[in-house]
Amino acid sequence: MEPRRAPRTVIDPKVRQVGFFAPGAPPERAVSGPPAPIASSSSSSPPVSDLSPSLSPVMIPPPRHSSADNALLPSSSSSRPVPASPLRQDSLTPASGRRYSKPSEFFPAMSLTASSSYAGRMVGNAEFSDDLRGNMVTVVPAASSFPSGGFDLTAVKASSVPASGLTTVSVVKMMPPVYDPETIVEKVGGSVEVQNDRPESSKPLKEKTSKAERRALQEAQRAAKAAAKAEGSKVPASSGAVMGANAKPTKATKSHSQKNDSATVAGSEKRGGDRLSEKDRKKDAPHPRMQYDDKIRVEKAKRRAVVKQTEARNRVELFRHLPQYEHGTQLPDLESKFFQLDPVHPAVYKVGLQYLSGSISGGNARCIAMLEAFREAIKDYSTPSEKTLSRDLTAKINSYVSFLIECRPLSISMGNAIRFLKSRIAKVPLTLSESEAKALLQSDIEHFINEKIILADNVIVNHAVTKIKDGDVLLTYGSSSAVEMILLHAHELGKQFRVVVVDSRPKLEGKLLLRRLVGKGLSCTYTNINAISYIMREVTQVFLGASSVLSNGTVYSRVGTACVAMVAHEFRVPVLVCCEAYKFHERVLLDSICSNELGDPDVISEVPGRDDINYLDGLTNSENLQLLNLIYDATPSDYVSMIVTDYGMVPPTSVPVIVREYRREHVWV
Amino acid sequence: MPDVQVLVNDFLNKLKKRKIEGSLATARQTAELLRSVISQQRVPYRNQARALIDAVRAVGEQLIAANPVELAVGNIVRRVLHIIREEDLSLTTAAMAGLGLSAASDDEDDADQDNHPVLSAAAVAAAARSTLRPPSLQTLLEDVPDSAAVPHTSSSGGDSEGKSKSADKSSRTRRLKHDVIEAVNELIQDIATCHEQIAEQAVEHIHQNEVILTLGSSRTVLEFLCAAKEKQRSFRVFVAEGAPRYQGHLLAKELVTRGLQTTLITDSAVFAMISRVNMVIVGAHAVMANGGVIAPVGLNMVALAAKRHAVPFVVLAGSHKLCPLYPHHPEVLLNELRSPSELLDFGEFSDCMDFGSGTASPLLHVINPTFDYVPPKLVSLFITDTGGHNPSYMYRLIADYYSADDLVVQRRPPTGR
Repeated sequence: MEPRRAPRTVIDPKVRQVGFFAPGAPPERAVSGPPAPIASSSSSSPPVSDLSPSLSPVMIPPPRHSSADNALLPSSSSSRPVPASPLRQDSLTPASGRRYSKPSEFFPAMSLTASSSYAGRMVGNAEFSDDLRGNMVTVVPAASSFPSGGFDLTAVKASSVPASGLTTVSVVKMMPPVYDPETIVEKVGGSVEVQNDRPESSKPLKEKTSKAERRALQEAQRAAKAAAKAEGSKVPASSGAVMGANAKPTKATKSHSQKNDSATVAGSEKRGGDRLSEKDRKKDAPHPRMQYDDKIRVEKAKRRAVVKQTEARNRVELFRHLPQYEHGTQLPDLESKFFQLDPVHPAVYKVGLQYLSGSISGGNARCIAMLEAFREAIKDYSTPSEKTLSRDLTAKINSYVSFLIECRPLSISMGNAIRFLKSRIAKVPLTLSESEAKALLQSDIEHFINEKIILADNVIVNHAVTKIKDGDVLLTYGSSSAVEMILLHAHELGKQFRVVVVDSRPKLEGKLLLRRLVGKGLSCTYTNINAISYIMREVTQVFLGASSVLSNGTVYSRVGTACVAMVAHEFRVPVLVCCEAYKFHERVLLDSICSNELGDPDVISEVPGRDDINYLDGLTNSENLQLLNLIYDATPSDYVSMIVTDYGMVPPTSVPVIVREYRREHVWV
Repeated sequence: MPDVQVLVNDFLNKLKKRKIEGSLATARQTAELLRSVISQQRVPYRNQARALIDAVRAVGEQLIAANPVELAVGNIVRRVLHIIREEDLSLTTAAMAGLGLSAASDDEDDADQDNHPVLSAAAVAAAARSTLRPPSLQTLLEDVPDSAAVPHTSSSGGDSEGKSKSADKSSRTRRLKHDVIEAVNELIQDIATCHEQIAEQAVEHIHQNEVILTLGSSRTVLEFLCAAKEKQRSFRVFVAEGAPRYQGHLLAKELVTRGLQTTLITDSAVFAMISRVNMVIVGAHAVMANGGVIAPVGLNMVALAAKRHAVPFVVLAGSHKLCPLYPHHPEVLLNELRSPSELLDFGEFSDCMDFGSGTASPLLHVINPTFDYVPPKLVSLFITDTGGHNPSYMYRLIADYYSADDLVVQRRPPTGR
């Protein structure tokens, strides 16, 4: 540390001198003058720096240049405040000093483990944090092998500590050496899981306690992230001796890539080296949906498909990239196949049929139905011999998901839920027996449904109700479960307001909402979306639901929402979008063409209840006529005044923040 | 006279019951009715124009009151009044020139008009319009004595007119009525053929591989698109169905049978699709003097979306749709609420509503307006039968068709002045 500090202090005045003496000279050159060797060595090999691993809260913004930041770190580890909230302290405490002093306090389940293996474990833990990964890649391009060095260390430690009591130790011994690093990693993941699960059981209750608490939580996460980063750069240094002996990065890569198909978050858990993390980053990035104009892939998918799809006769040219199939034929076809489809669990099958027939619709309902079905499937699941639960179950879930996709393309919220489930499956500790693991996963699913959907809705309702005043005229479009709850709750509170329900073909969901609202005694006005400009002048607020809120603030929702928001914007009426945070996604979308879902085109040509509208009866087979039934559209963020979510009421520009925080929480939960 | 009254009453009933669909049919029938009113009108020797104007105005007043939202009725009434005034003026000037009154002889313009006294002034004006001639400075100058003369002849039907009329009573009694009827016939023909004249301009506006969006159904739009198709332009059309009347289905059917690539979308998908559209072409119900458009419901939404994506919003309107009035609060005052049954089936919500408590206001309202107002700032171009025009120019175009005296038809003018 001393030698490092000295050159820095030399460098700094020099930089200043450049300003004084030679204004034309670029500062880099001056830096790379006399102290060049030291500077270059410090930047190329940060692991060598054996600085104190502790950090100050100042370090919250991620350092661009680790060597510089390390040099700037205060070396006093004792004065560092621990900003973790009592809630999460045990799972988050990154302090290395504390860790050594009282391991049993933080990891009660692991009291037997030798404290030396924590280093490796914490490396794993640090590595797993998504945000760190990016920094690791950018900062340490040369030292690609050191994280796996860290793992190796763990492997050595784990197998050399018989007292750890983990059954995996024997597994490690029995497995071929290729799998060594990975099983260890899995074990590490598992132990991390154990640490994290204990606090989690109490967490959902306290989750929604107060803003201050949430704030504290965020701060704790941030601190933890910073700590993990410091650790990431420190631990390889301490394992510098092992680095020479380390010869397994490629193997780790290989074994990892075999598992790449499984959950993305699971993948990020098992990162072994930079190259892996690069790859995983790609994988972690929103997976592009299948492009249906890619003939080869469509053919492949067709061969796998369970549901027989016939392509629509007149496909809309603009939407070649989306699946355009005949509707109405799949349901009987699928029903007849019931007994041939042994890989699909009956509960999943039922949900699939419900999606197909449209009897379950709406983001939350679909998501809950899917999760319930998966819970049923997990309940009835038994691991085949010679397979591990996490891998086999992930494969199973994958097959279910692809079945459900065939029935109806997934919504973004469902994608998030699936990602969550897979990450939980991947994190199931191998120590648990099968029944315990299953119980754990089932309770995880329960938690997700309760916390992310039902509780979130309650929070949203409580937030949004504060915006409703007496005498308001509230406009809503289509049928959103969150908006409906808000309206009913406000009515229960005795607020005097009027509701305008705007509807559009072909679903006419607004009618159902209207019926429920009128049944509850709310005063309603019903109109068609075309009349939106007429009705908007008397509206004071617009409440909209959303299928998803994307990272650039775009609201992806039922088709027509954009029109309503646009007209409201034109009339200077505030637009409130009500959306649970689990529906947020880091994708970005600019228009409604690139990503969308196409419904049954035939419902466009016929108007139910209007027999006089039959102009197109004989023409649906005509080559020139295409019927386009878009399901979603993308509302630009500038039409949205506010997004009401379970984290509070935020402007659309804050969506990426919530996405980021939310994802981190996901990983940590 | 009684049979005219029958005709008028019949037409009034139709208007009141909204039996006549579309401004084109309304305009044609109004013009035909007014023609028969004029032909049945007995004209006195003196002050014929006044008599005709009064008769037309009386009928027109009833017609407008029968359906104030159907602006085409008022437009045609005003057009006919304008025709009468123009014919009267031309006859007067011709007579004055024939008398050799020196007052006007030094004026070159009057000398010009003398050269073709056979042609009525209205016919000349119509010819000028149909040649798509933009109003040159000269025509504007020509207008000056005309407009100055109009109030002179119409309002003060006293001694000066009597003097000129006395010159050739016999010829003028027949000629005025005859000329007016001739001109009204021309008007009727104009209305009938406005589609073709608009459609002729289609090739100037639609290029190859264009994507065009329209909402609802309009005969003008149909003819316009088909004219471009006939000129071997290949393009595709998105048709929004235009709920709750679903006229878009009708338009889609017509387009498909004529071989155009047509995609039918719901109205809600307009915003989603507009980013891939090159041009929005729609018909109008009426065009106001400020360049605003009274259009089928939903078009304001389309216009806003087009504005957002910088897509040209083109309105096709025959000259009978040009209304000389400036709108005030047109979304409400020039609108009409149709039956809720188009949105909800009768009795569908009867179980939810408490009919027993008559005191409380009903819980459920259904709003089903017919029209939308598109402000002029959202319109890129008007295409009328005289060519393309900016919204800001519409007031001037409209001034060609109407005389300022007729703008207010309802108020009975002070007679006997």
